[in-house]
Amino acid sequence: MPRSESLGSVLVLGSGAIKIGEAGEFDYSGSQCLKALREDGIRSVLINPNVATIQTDTRFADKVYLLPVTPGYVESLIESERPDGIMLAYGGQTALNCGVRLDESGTLARHGIRVLGTPVDGIRRAEDRQLFKDSMGECGVPVLRSRTVSDFGAAKEAAAELGYPVIVRVAYTLGGKGGGVAHNEIELHEIVGRGVNASMVGQVLVEEYVGHWKQIEYEVMRDGAQNSVIVCNMENVLSMRVHTGDNVVVAPSQTLDNSEYHAMRSSSLRATGHVGIVGECNIQYALDPGSDRYAAIEINPRLSRSSALASKATGYPLAYMSAKIGLGYTLPELENRITRATTACFEPSLDYVVCKHPRWDFSKFEMANRRLGPTMKSVGEVMAVGRTFEEALQKSVRMLDAGRDGMVLNRSPEPSLSDEELERALSEPDDSVLHRVAQAAARGMSTARIYELSAIDPWFIERIRGIVEASRSPSLEPGALRRLKQMGFSDRQLARGAGTGEAEVRRARRDNGILPSVKQIDTLAAEWPAKTNYLYMTYGGGSHDVSPPGGGVLVLGAGPYRIGSSVEFDWGTVNMVWGLQENGERDVSVVNCNPETVSTDYDICSRLYFEELTLERILDIVEFEGSRGVVACVGGQTANNLASGLDGAGVEILGTRARDVDRAENRSTFSAELDKLHIRQPRWQALSSVAEAKEFAREAGYPVLVRPSYVLSGAAMRVVWSPAGLSEYVRSVPSPSPDHPVVISKFMLDSLELDVDGVCDGKRVVIGAVVEHIDRAGVHSGDAMMCIPPWRLDNRVMEEVVEYTKKIALTFNVRGPFNLQFLVHDGTVYVIELNIRASRSMPFVSKMARTNLISLASRAILGMPLPDVPDGAWKNSGYCIKAPQFSFMQLDGADIVLGVEMQSTGEAACFGDGFYDALAKALTSVGYGLPSGGAALVTAGGARAKEKLLGTVALLAKLGFRVLATEHTAEFFRERLECPVEVVHKISEPGRKPNIADLLHGRKIDFIINVPSTSTMEKYAGMLYDEYQIRRKALEMGVPVLTTTELAESFVRTLEWLKSNRTTRRPLEPYLR
Amino acid sequence: MVLDDGTVLEGEGFGASATASGEVVFNTGMVGYTETLTDPSYGGQILSLTYPLVGNYGVPRPEPDGAGIPGAFESDRIQARGLAVHSLAETASHWRLERTLDEWLHAEGVPGIAGIDTRALAAKLRSGGVMMGALAVSDSPVDAAAVLAGLGRAARYSEGSFVGQVSAREPVSYGSGEAVVVIDAGAKNAILRNIVAMGYRAVKVPWDYTAEQVMSYSPRGVVVSNGPGDPERCAPAVETVGRLVSEGVPTLGICLGAQIMGLAGGAGTYKLRYGHRGQNKPCLEEGTGRVHVTSQNHGYCIDPGSLAGSEYGLWFKNADDGTVEGIRHRERPAVAVQFHPEASPGPYDCRFVFERFAGLMGGR
Repeated sequence: MPRSESLGSVLVLGSGAIKIGEAGEFDYSGSQCLKALREDGIRSVLINPNVATIQTDTRFADKVYLLPVTPGYVESLIESERPDGIMLAYGGQTALNCGVRLDESGTLARHGIRVLGTPVDGIRRAEDRQLFKDSMGECGVPVLRSRTVSDFGAAKEAAAELGYPVIVRVAYTLGGKGGGVAHNEIELHEIVGRGVNASMVGQVLVEEYVGHWKQIEYEVMRDGAQNSVIVCNMENVLSMRVHTGDNVVVAPSQTLDNSEYHAMRSSSLRATGHVGIVGECNIQYALDPGSDRYAAIEINPRLSRSSALASKATGYPLAYMSAKIGLGYTLPELENRITRATTACFEPSLDYVVCKHPRWDFSKFEMANRRLGPTMKSVGEVMAVGRTFEEALQKSVRMLDAGRDGMVLNRSPEPSLSDEELERALSEPDDSVLHRVAQAAARGMSTARIYELSAIDPWFIERIRGIVEASRSPSLEPGALRRLKQMGFSDRQLARGAGTGEAEVRRARRDNGILPSVKQIDTLAAEWPAKTNYLYMTYGGGSHDVSPPGGGVLVLGAGPYRIGSSVEFDWGTVNMVWGLQENGERDVSVVNCNPETVSTDYDICSRLYFEELTLERILDIVEFEGSRGVVACVGGQTANNLASGLDGAGVEILGTRARDVDRAENRSTFSAELDKLHIRQPRWQALSSVAEAKEFAREAGYPVLVRPSYVLSGAAMRVVWSPAGLSEYVRSVPSPSPDHPVVISKFMLDSLELDVDGVCDGKRVVIGAVVEHIDRAGVHSGDAMMCIPPWRLDNRVMEEVVEYTKKIALTFNVRGPFNLQFLVHDGTVYVIELNIRASRSMPFVSKMARTNLISLASRAILGMPLPDVPDGAWKNSGYCIKAPQFSFMQLDGADIVLGVEMQSTGEAACFGDGFYDALAKALTSVGYGLPSGGAALVTAGGARAKEKLLGTVALLAKLGFRVLATEHTAEFFRERLECPVEVVHKISEPGRKPNIADLLHGRKIDFIINVPSTSTMEKYAGMLYDEYQIRRKALEMGVPVLTTTELAESFVRTLEWLKSNRTTRRPLEPYLR
Repeated sequence: MVLDDGTVLEGEGFGASATASGEVVFNTGMVGYTETLTDPSYGGQILSLTYPLVGNYGVPRPEPDGAGIPGAFESDRIQARGLAVHSLAETASHWRLERTLDEWLHAEGVPGIAGIDTRALAAKLRSGGVMMGALAVSDSPVDAAAVLAGLGRAARYSEGSFVGQVSAREPVSYGSGEAVVVIDAGAKNAILRNIVAMGYRAVKVPWDYTAEQVMSYSPRGVVVSNGPGDPERCAPAVETVGRLVSEGVPTLGICLGAQIMGLAGGAGTYKLRYGHRGQNKPCLEEGTGRVHVTSQNHGYCIDPGSLAGSEYGLWFKNADDGTVEGIRHRERPAVAVQFHPEASPGPYDCRFVFERFAGLMGGR
């Protein structure tokens, strides 16, 4: 059945900013959906404010709207664009929930819009906890005992009936948000309270808890003509205890026998058929490890993180196929894109094992609880492919780029734990639980005991034990070396174990012909000839599947998403590949290991290596490929950090020469160059002793900024306010090394921060835009709101910034993308740093300036001159504002106050005719409700912050908001302003009414301005627990909290603007060239 | 392990210290090695598994069901002559576990090899076709040249008659109720389980029974089973089945049984270059547009060109290569499938074939 002729145009909903539970995987799925539409000649309209994505380039979609994915905005697009159909399954929970709301409000019916793919009734049967249970009963699929409740009373009854512990699951949310395991009534009270609140329908499910059961998933493809296949099944190593998003996952399942595998497979087909899935879905099971009892837990009726993983793990392009099915094709009509000879209506057969490992960033959140459980906390993931579990697992640990080289033989030893502590660490898993398993095995704890504590299947424990045993005295004798490599040990681990150097191990290996084989991920276990370019490397093979032509270019991707390195670097990677290809480079290959990306799609580059971004592996690939050179400037810090090692090994780094990059990264040489150019920078000094640092701080004056060199996203960066703080910092960081010195500099309060993104070919400099941070300097640039063009800068400063930029780029012989950061203090311009690589803000700048900076950079990298680009396109029309997205709700206990450590997980950007037009949309995009009236709570510590808020509070009152404040703050505002301020009491004084806690619970507060008491920003040292409690409680209740005076002012002015204006809704203009 | 083309693959031996020769074939299924190894259709063959991690859940204790048919085991012994894997799990984990795969092979006298590149082997067989090979496991160093020489002297698979080796010598009956006779060319236990589950008594009879001997059970229907080797070497069964079908006995053919029915109905058969062995094979049902995911294990096939002049029409074809996967008689209540509707190993999606067969029996 070909597609329906009546489909002229289709609206696709995106997922918005990256958050925990909704990351870059939806750029992959949305992009594939748009490709599928274009192939069929259907006009596509995309709504997604995530500016850093490939899908929001005007390449795959016919029209792109950077607008919030909310029912209101989508409806206005429906009215103006008049689409015939709508795709809800490609933008995560955000898009799905928005679609359900549009259906419920009758909007879709009113405009005659067809939902393509799973109909809304089907979505409801999968998402609504009770409807789901009923449906499963109807088609004979077992479920766990449970009750759906909407208040604590009913929850209590249910729990009594089921017996503690129970798990609380929340309907219509992502990443297990709001749910939890309750062991008693007190825990139940808290979880049900926040769960009911997090649910779109005020409903939670109280279910028997089966933490020690296996957690198994199936990815189902089903068409509208009853054909269905399982594309992949997966097993969660950490059992049901840990949310699948935080679990280490293998594909296919390893410990299931034929009857278990196929019983759940058949159930999956029955369940999805009964629910009415059309397209792709994920179904999750719990399987008793001691009997053949199993139960369906949930169905995700949309593309998901799991489906992105399944797609990359098998080579089956799930999102693309799902979109085709949404258009009316049947599975047998579609072709297997890998073989191009066989049908898409089949089940991939793997001849390798895939290991997905989550990446957490707990260290960025000082108060956050690291414990893993039913709520997802990871910010990204990697996928490793191997021919043994050991190989895949150790590869995955390296891919995380989090300081470990594998399960064992790491640079830093694991913490020494007492037996008791180790047992607790196994039974209460955190992000290091598998390393605790290794520790326990090394200590001789039995597999049975480790299993009893950890609920990790003994098969996995035995594999980890094997790694531990093999590592005890690694031999470099050829036979032993080959076996160790087959278990996934890196040269560096082996060098450490054998007391030699990495290069020596490499030499020993090469001398004995111990080299990895290159294998295809071909969906069919070599049964059919495959034309795929989708590759991995393994020591479990004796021959290569492909033979590259040699002389091509290798582009390094960015690895896992994490705080500070997200989808924007995938955008950079993909645009670099396209740019190189469009400028005549025939053979461009990519290395990346992040399954949530477009760069790892099957049709982007000549050959894709789903591989480690480590020096060892990149050298393996370069040697196999015979690459002409490597591009390391688009994959963020992971790729950038590899450049000097590759250069040292004689690999050509394309673009800016490695020694020029070094000159910019070395503070001393960088400073010396700036001095020559007569460009100012804040005073700084390399820190070698505490005494020296204190001397510097005394001279320059506190506060000072201390940080190690070579950092992205401000890792271990601190603003220090006193000699005592300085001593404490020095104690807390690893000792400064000559390679990575710690630098101390003057921290300028009350200054503006600017970013400039540009490209240089060594002769000509193209400036993308000058970007102004709306927040004061000191808020990490990744967390700051940003505005193009700058709206507070005068022309003289702007011209100076442009002039400096050009001088600096030429001085450092930049050939490719670069980013410069400036500070403006009292009208004087200071340079903070130069990064000779793609920056986080490049997609934002490129879209605003209508100039794709990475495309230009690809020319510079190939040694071609940059074309004439009209200067200052970014100044011409309107404003574009980028706002950060935070995921604090997922992270128990994390405080939300911003500082020099980056904490946001994503961003959204919107255009507007005016500043507030853009800001209103940007704020909505990242989840701020913009109330037209109601009550605002204002708490500010210190006279300075209160002073700064005077205008904002006055405006609030003028707009008709009730202003609530705690005693001292209320007194201050009453004295200084002629407006009524109501006194409310602190959470820590529950006896005094009205109390903030009650008001929050009663939803009597619409938003909160809570500026931390130390205007000194010494976040935690002087943190008042009360303020923290307000912020945390508000967060859990979904009430917006504004923590800087700048943001508070912008927010309230936006509310004022909205009183008499409506936001504009115009599509994104395509790139000029 | 050596191949007819002179290839020598070195690995680590497991299972029995023994030398075996046979046709080397590969299977792409990711689970179900217990069921696969005990499938009598692997008689005369050395099996290579493309999924690299094998033995993870060990081997269960055979536990007979109510009718006396053990779960997970498709016959009472390992039928393949040897097993080749990439990585063998030395320790296994499962609640049904009785012993490891290594222990099982050792007990059954079957040699195994681990540590070879089974993907490269599959690619070789795919492009060059299946070939004879030998597998030698020994505690002392193996002389590859001697094994190769031995292989040169070994009987060729294509010349072997394996059905007689795997078929029941005497009739065996399972369950109760009206009889369905299974002509045992190497029947998998799962076929018997399905018949019993439909409420019939499954009577397994030797493959060379005459039509009269079969009819002595007054069966409601007859199943012609799967089995190893070339259907053209099954003349007595072809003769019997031809008689039964022409007399209107409801008949279901499975795998080799389908080829036997085809031959009896005037169609021809041929050998595929490397066969279909796996659990993911898409089959298109004629006239419906429905594709079913099937479990398969066959090296021979019905010639599609010969169907026109035969008593049978096409029922299923392979969605990838267009080969014949099922036939139905133009007049008589007789159907046959090349795939395995009984599953085990593999998906249960085609149980409807048994329902169709039940319909044919009910309509008599």
